[in-house]
Amino acid sequence: MAERRTEVLVIGAGPAGLAAAAAAAACGRRVLLVDDNADPGGQIWRGEGRAHLAVPARFEVRCGVRVVDACGASAVLAESAGGVERLTFDRLVLATGARERFLPFPGWTLPNVVGAGGLQAMVKGGVPIAGKRVVIAGSGPLLLAVAAYLRSRGARSLLIAEQTGRLRLARFVLGLAGAPQRLRQTLELRRALAGVPLLTDAWPLSAHGAGRLEEIRLRTRRGERGERCDLLACGFGLVPNTELAALLGCRVEAGCVAVDEHQATSVAGVYAAGEMTGIGGLDLSRIEGEIAGYAAGGDERKARAGLGPRRRARRFARALERAFALREELRELPDARTLLCRCEDVSVGRAARYPSWRAAKLHTRCGMGACQGRICGAAAAFLFGWRCEHARPPASPARIATLAAQHEV
Amino acid sequence: MPERIALHVNGRHVEVDRGSTVLAALAVAGVAICRRSVQGEPRGALCGIGVCFECRVTIDGVAHRRSCQILCREAMEVRTDG
Repeated sequence: MAERRTEVLVIGAGPAGLAAAAAAAACGRRVLLVDDNADPGGQIWRGEGRAHLAVPARFEVRCGVRVVDACGASAVLAESAGGVERLTFDRLVLATGARERFLPFPGWTLPNVVGAGGLQAMVKGGVPIAGKRVVIAGSGPLLLAVAAYLRSRGARSLLIAEQTGRLRLARFVLGLAGAPQRLRQTLELRRALAGVPLLTDAWPLSAHGAGRLEEIRLRTRRGERGERCDLLACGFGLVPNTELAALLGCRVEAGCVAVDEHQATSVAGVYAAGEMTGIGGLDLSRIEGEIAGYAAGGDERKARAGLGPRRRARRFARALERAFALREELRELPDARTLLCRCEDVSVGRAARYPSWRAAKLHTRCGMGACQGRICGAAAAFLFGWRCEHARPPASPARIATLAAQHEV
Repeated sequence: MPERIALHVNGRHVEVDRGSTVLAALAVAGVAICRRSVQGEPRGALCGIGVCFECRVTIDGVAHRRSCQILCREAMEVRTDG
């Protein structure tokens, strides 16, 4: 197996990983940044990541590289089109980001029921949206950003269903008065969405169609209503990607990788930054990435310069979390026959017979398909209050040759 | 104008801009169903970022490729399970 040595390895080329790589390189370290997507930028800068790289970059970026397992304490196993290799490091910065949370409701497995951020990513990848009728449902500011993007790309009609309450939302917006830049962003978004209905206290009840989505039922403040649409884009907040950190032995608490003041995890020499340590958005991710990068690079003074900004960004993250907390009623959305696990077709009713995620997995294969529980685990955690953080290698489906290479003698 | 790429989706000729994903080619071809679930239900792309594996299709004879993550190449042969 090929072996590659670097001083600081950064996994994940989103805002946190890019900031970490730049900071570690500024400390004079040899830095390798890897990402499994085709381009750097993470989900938020999908397709425009290269614009966020300093030119010439002072670190090496390799995309299309998927890290699938830990190899002891100072190396990871990675696969790419070029084959399999062991990446050895002195220090590691994890910046594996987050994914969307999907909640099951009758019909959520129909084709053209998609993620909200997911639909934005699809359209950036060339999926045509012009002329389409789209309902965007779930929770959080991402719904507005997605709506504005889809409108700019020619979506015919848009409707936003935000589950959070009108008063709670109003309080959140009023709270932005203390943060003029964020208030300005919010107002600009609202302007870009002039004429687009934004329903609060609203969520999807069911999706219907023959072979693909045709109509949805929505719960609104004024009762139930039907809405014909081509796409339903759902996103009920974000879930940190903690699997690789867990495989490396890092402590995970309440779904987030636990870090200290300098973004160090519970494993010596391993740092974590960005959404995987708690959902906080772009600004917090960049600040955390910078702190982690300077700490991994050995410049404690520069790392500490980020502590104040991080405190402020975390305060905003907490306000967001409060404003868009998921309401209890959403637990009642699925009926017993609604699927929980889409990979293995396990219904909510079958999974609910068991006392824990582990027991449900053992008896039903729930969470044991291709996505390894990344979709249904977050749903089960919400529906049943289960802890679904357990991770097993490989961190994502890998070629047999990759796994075999790990055990070469 | 971006360069165009020609490929086949279930035997049908489709053209997309260079840099488009295989999922985009499916959408252009009007195909919403990527695969059948273990019980035979139709499924299409969900997460759009390579996590959920619902969008997997057969590309040039290789099964289980994630159409949302793979870019179109000239003369690619894409098959869905719809």
